[in-house]
Amino acid sequence: MTHKILIVDDEPNIVLSLEFLMKREGFQVAVAADGDAALEQVQAFAPDLVLLDVMMPKKSGYEVCEILRADPARSAMKIVMLTAKGRDTEVAKGLGLGADAYVTKPFSNKELVAQIKQLLAGG
Amino acid sequence: MQARYRFILAILVLGALVTGPFLATSTLVWMEMTPDQRTQLKELIVPHLPMGTLLTALGFGLGLAVVRTLFRQYVQGLLRMAEHLRLMLGANRNFRVTAEDGPPEVQLVARAINDLAQQRDELMADVEAQIARAKASVEEEKNRLAALMSELAQAVVVCNLDGRILLYNNRARLEFHTLAQGPTSVASGALIGLGRSIFSIIDRSRLAHAEETIRQRLERGLPANVAHFITTTASGQFLRVQMVPVLAPGEAEAGPRPMTGYVLTVENITRSLEQENARNQALLELTQGNRAAIGNIRAAVETLQDYPDMDMQERERFIQVVAEEVGRMSRQLEGTAQRFADATKTRWPLEDVSAEDLIKAAQRRIDELFKLSSKIEGIEDNLWVRADSFSLIFAITFLAGRLADHYEIRELRFRGLSEGKLAYLDLIWSGHAMSSETFYSWEQENMQVGRESAPVSLREVLDRHGGEIWYQREKAAHRAYFRFVLPLAQAVQEVPELPAGAQQGRPEYYDFDLFNFQDTGVDLDRNLMEMAYTVFDTETTGLEPANGDEIIQIGAVRIVNGRLLRQESFDQLVDPQRPLRPEGIPIHGITEEMLRGKPSIDVVLPAFHAFCSETVLVAHNAAFDMRFLQLKEERTGLKFSQPVLDTLLLSAVIHPNQESHKLDVIAERLGVPIIGRHNALGDAYATGEVFLKMIPLLAEKGIHTLRQALEASQKTYFARVKY
Repeated sequence: MTHKILIVDDEPNIVLSLEFLMKREGFQVAVAADGDAALEQVQAFAPDLVLLDVMMPKKSGYEVCEILRADPARSAMKIVMLTAKGRDTEVAKGLGLGADAYVTKPFSNKELVAQIKQLLAGG
Repeated sequence: MQARYRFILAILVLGALVTGPFLATSTLVWMEMTPDQRTQLKELIVPHLPMGTLLTALGFGLGLAVVRTLFRQYVQGLLRMAEHLRLMLGANRNFRVTAEDGPPEVQLVARAINDLAQQRDELMADVEAQIARAKASVEEEKNRLAALMSELAQAVVVCNLDGRILLYNNRARLEFHTLAQGPTSVASGALIGLGRSIFSIIDRSRLAHAEETIRQRLERGLPANVAHFITTTASGQFLRVQMVPVLAPGEAEAGPRPMTGYVLTVENITRSLEQENARNQALLELTQGNRAAIGNIRAAVETLQDYPDMDMQERERFIQVVAEEVGRMSRQLEGTAQRFADATKTRWPLEDVSAEDLIKAAQRRIDELFKLSSKIEGIEDNLWVRADSFSLIFAITFLAGRLADHYEIRELRFRGLSEGKLAYLDLIWSGHAMSSETFYSWEQENMQVGRESAPVSLREVLDRHGGEIWYQREKAAHRAYFRFVLPLAQAVQEVPELPAGAQQGRPEYYDFDLFNFQDTGVDLDRNLMEMAYTVFDTETTGLEPANGDEIIQIGAVRIVNGRLLRQESFDQLVDPQRPLRPEGIPIHGITEEMLRGKPSIDVVLPAFHAFCSETVLVAHNAAFDMRFLQLKEERTGLKFSQPVLDTLLLSAVIHPNQESHKLDVIAERLGVPIIGRHNALGDAYATGEVFLKMIPLLAEKGIHTLRQALEASQKTYFARVKY
């Protein structure tokens, strides 16, 4: 079965690459441009994995992550934080809030895909 | 028994001795005689009786004279001597007993007493001299310490546990003076002063916490008893404070020595903190700000690489992303670089140096090492650069040495000029041109001057300065120069001049007696000598405050622990916002011009109020000055509610029989010179000196406390004159 991935980022320039990449890797893809839209999409699209940017309008990635993790029905859903904030304190915060992985920009496409596949395989 | 009664008794005994034996013998003979014999005797004796009585009286008189002389010489003479001895013991040490008209025995005693007194005087003089020497040496040590402190580049303040300032140095005064905002900035350093509270400058709770930390460390016997903290002032400045305890002298029997105060070193780090912040901001923008863009580019490029099969339209979109992001990054980089140009400069510690000093120092070195003469062609006035002067002088000397070795030049010239934010220091010589390769190699190698070598190259030194150097020819003049380009120092802060008269004499930035100065505020029952006073005087447009006359000058000086603190003065001209009375000008010497642009009383009074806080006010004819201050109470909302002592009234208390109690007259009476009479500060100084002289005179009248002084003042005649 094809896994569903929700890409949450307000920058179209990265969404373009991510969307293309994920589709080519055979995932079903949805996109949200801010925190509120992300929460709606999680309801409607029920993704297996969320690629979540931290700095976004309306709700930050941290907040979205916190809300998602507060719902036990979605505990199986994976969250990968994707951000330009690279300080180790911020990485710790992301993981502390329940993200499964924290990837800082710039990242390697290949490594990102590998990490996503590993997470979805239950690793 | 009193001497007089003993004298009367002695006379009676003498009388009995002179007449007694004859009368007794006569009575006995009379009783044994027959009546015939008695008649015979009567006939025989009676005619001679007057002569007998006369002789007896004569004998008695003689005896009386002898007894009286003896009494005078021995009893009364000794009594007088005893009084003289008391005098010698107390009031007049130099008094000597005399007994020249006395008998030899008394004279001997007197001589022995005088010798004893002489011996005592010598001993006392010796002891006094020793005490004076010891005092002088302690005083000298204190002065040396204070002088040392005043030269320190760091701001140092010593406080007792109540937060009262016992010592501060000049740096602290300047540092806190620049902190002073609003009302206190009108007068010099109103915030800092001996006996004043440090809490007006540094947050009380921060100090208490630091004190507690140190106390705990002391109790646990930990070695480094220092506390640091950073605090902000009311004006938003950041201060880095270090606290070191002052411990009670000597060894404590049990536990650590108790803390009696603390030393604070204070550094204003606002500027360096701002620079640090700017640097961090720049770093953050350069890293974080670019992460997103590079992330976008990388993702796009990798996608292009990994999926060569995508169609033209898709490919075009990815290339568009790359172009867009690269453009955005370039703009951002440019912006950051411009905004943080200063912050990203080297962090090598640079100081502000006068270009002239720098060049002169280099000239001396060059002359010493290479015997090469040099001249200064011209340096712009007030040209200051930011430099590490040691390494820069080393670099200049190094180049001069190279030129002397390689081109045998005979003379060097220096030039200093500025352009925009940069300073140019030129090292000029005539004759030989040099190749740029040679210069390049000089730039790169580790510098060597004579036998000294530095582990850095000329290039590194210049990088540290954020500077540059190049070689240039002046073809027309047949000469060439090296041009050092260095950042100009931003406006060099001149140390403000101390008020006139303050430079002389010993520094008054300390008062260690304050270690024992407890309690705050004004206590009416404290000894007059131990109080803090503000002695002040005002000059006014005229003598009628009720008819619109206004203050035009306030001068004040503090007295703490019996010392007039000339450095802690308040001297301010005030714009009266009304014309001066021409008849007043020759008295106070203040003209309309001098008052133009000066602050109004609404600004000055709050500053003066702050200056006087927690002190007793002292003025000559205080009622007059107080009237002016009180008339402003309603408008400014400031009440001068502290006790006021008037030297005019105190003079009337001390010398009730003198006719005049004018300041000049009192000053002359008490031996105080007045300099600058009818200048508010000069008069305040004089009043303060007069007041200090009065304190011991008041004590002689049994007036020791402030309460007593106030009561005595009220009772004088002059107190009844009202304004």
